[in-house]
Amino acid sequence: MSGGVDSSTVAAMLRAEGHNVIGLTMQLWNQRRLAGHEGMPESVHGRCCSLDDVYDARRVAEHIGIPYYVVNHEERFEREVVRPFVQEYLSGRTPIPCSLCNNHLKFDQLLIVARQIGAEQVATGHYARVEFDEARGRWLLMRPADRRKDQTYFLFGLTQEQLSYTLFPLGNMTKPEVRELARQHGLALAEKPDSQEICFVPGGDYKRFIDAYLADRGDALPDTAGELVTTSGEVIGEHGGIHNFTVGQRKGLGVATGSPLYVIQISGADKQVIVGGEESLYSRTLRVSRVNLIAVDELREPMRVSVKIRHRHEPAAAVIEKIDSAVTTHSGESGDAEILVTFDQPQRAITPGQAAVFYDGDIVVGGGWIV
Amino acid sequence: MRRVYLDNNATTPVLPEVFEAMRPYFGERFGNASSIHHHGQESRAAVERARESVAALLGSRASEIVFTSGGTEADNLALAGLVTAGDHVITSSIEHHAVLNTGRHLEEAGCDVTYVPVDGRGLVDPDDVRRALRPNTKLISMMMANNETGVLQPVEEVGKVAAEADVFFHTDAVQAAGKVPIDVTRIGCDLLSISGHKMHAPQGIGALHVRQGTRIQPLLYGGRHERSRRAGTENVPGIVALGKAADLAVQGFEHGDDKNTAALRDRVESGILAQVDEAGVNGDGAPRVPNTTSVYFDHIDGEALVIALDLKGLAISTGSACSSGAIEPSHVLTAMGLRADRARASIRFSMGKQSTVEDVDFALALVVEAVARLRELSPLYKKAAISN
Repeated sequence: MSGGVDSSTVAAMLRAEGHNVIGLTMQLWNQRRLAGHEGMPESVHGRCCSLDDVYDARRVAEHIGIPYYVVNHEERFEREVVRPFVQEYLSGRTPIPCSLCNNHLKFDQLLIVARQIGAEQVATGHYARVEFDEARGRWLLMRPADRRKDQTYFLFGLTQEQLSYTLFPLGNMTKPEVRELARQHGLALAEKPDSQEICFVPGGDYKRFIDAYLADRGDALPDTAGELVTTSGEVIGEHGGIHNFTVGQRKGLGVATGSPLYVIQISGADKQVIVGGEESLYSRTLRVSRVNLIAVDELREPMRVSVKIRHRHEPAAAVIEKIDSAVTTHSGESGDAEILVTFDQPQRAITPGQAAVFYDGDIVVGGGWIV
Repeated sequence: MRRVYLDNNATTPVLPEVFEAMRPYFGERFGNASSIHHHGQESRAAVERARESVAALLGSRASEIVFTSGGTEADNLALAGLVTAGDHVITSSIEHHAVLNTGRHLEEAGCDVTYVPVDGRGLVDPDDVRRALRPNTKLISMMMANNETGVLQPVEEVGKVAAEADVFFHTDAVQAAGKVPIDVTRIGCDLLSISGHKMHAPQGIGALHVRQGTRIQPLLYGGRHERSRRAGTENVPGIVALGKAADLAVQGFEHGDDKNTAALRDRVESGILAQVDEAGVNGDGAPRVPNTTSVYFDHIDGEALVIALDLKGLAISTGSACSSGAIEPSHVLTAMGLRADRARASIRFSMGKQSTVEDVDFALALVVEAVARLRELSPLYKKAAISN
């Protein structure tokens, strides 16, 4: 229970259906920790893990009459989400902390705690559907009724075991329906605005967050400054640090040329930011590593799917196939082999560090991290 | 569902006798103790009787007792009321936040504060205190009993150190009052804090013993209540309750209640150690108050255990809760040198006057079962089992 409308409504629904419900909120990040560092607000209201949100969640629990607890996973969140988030940017990639949080916290630690305290299933307010498919003998993750709220992109890392314990009661509802239900249950937060940004980055300014986080740890910001290079190899300027750039970015390059320039690629190894015209942003192929397959146990032959390469991306038709790797590890396990994605049409701004998630209609086949 | 409460170091239920004693002061005896009329006199008499009772509990004089809103205010008054910029204060790393954070505030206000360490049993070495003395040391503040482990600090020896150096000595006795006999003269303290709700009086009342001749600056400005040491209309029902609770505590020592409590505590400890492997007592080997035991269960998360037990009807606790209600890693167990995972795997049982053998046996059965379940579902435990 985040203290938002979705998870609160889930709790109220399940309670009304007669389930024995226990409310849990994960304390993941202390919003006051970086307060006072340059560019960080002194106090943050109404954000993930803020006292206001815990207060809201507690009020809902009390209102619907369920026991409620806050569990502290700050240490693990920092280790598994915040530190990799900073590291990815400093390496020239654009990370997705929400997926890491789902994989390492919400559907891992929270699930463990939930089972330890005697819960049989964990319900969340995610917009997604989960079903057991008898024919395949597998748990399926599927897109929700409300396509605009679809969160399956962030959930591709869920294992069969995790899915088997998971309930997504909002999967067949639209957001307006959820708000209406919240009103019917008398929840005071029915009109609370949706959260939009990365929960631990105030104001969405990740650059300032990275500065403040490193300063708080007493670490110096590594020197990631380097050259601005065109796709043809010509050095046209300098940049202040690769973590200030993301693929597809047009503004803030600090050079004036006749035609618009875009970030095409970020090379972490030699700290180069490669820029070029918009046409250079398009590519037909990508590779993913750390693959998780959901709908199938293994990708034995090339498969036609549609692939989503960022949260706000309309899935595009593609073929996925396993790449024969010289390095063989434990056979057959998800996560070992890389997958090659070949789109029918070139896609704009394929960004390393983001996930590529494979869909077969509504069904999430699996996904991996773009390398 | 049967519910058993073994978290009396967090707060205690108000005893029926205490509630009966305070009840008239909400109703027919409503007077302001400062008023000159009959109603005021009635309340004044009750306040002064209670002051004598509290003084009797502490081996203090009635004129030396200042009623406060609780232990935190008493600790604040003791430290901030005595120390000014440029002074040096010695305290320990395992104090309650009421002292620790007052210390932090004093540092910001221009004081120096030394936090002396504890050993593996949770004990301060009085020689460390002596070595920390400086020419400008004004105050030593050392808790009498720790809230998490129940370990009793060598306050009498620290009192001697303070006397030799001619510095003021404050002890936070919030977790000792009512559990072990207290005598301010034996301890040699100038200031001593207690809290009502840790000894079966209600929340919102406490007291500070201020030795005669010790000049403290009030924290609150207002009327000349409590001999100008604590402004604000007296909390008469709370004060009456604290007086009654003090009377009952004194009677309890005469009847050997503390020995009965120690027997319950020992029953918890021996029951756990006999039935659960990879468990142990934090602060084992140190002198402790009779009602508290802090136990670790390796490979589990104390937070999950507390929740699991609460859902089965047993109220216990771990560490200290932060403002959101989540559990923070215990600064006390960490200061004792416990590994971080063992500090997180620790829970605290604390008995009250209402606790019974049946309560303890109910708790033991639930704890043994819950620890087994948690370990079965714990990745840490599986990993440890594989590597063994």
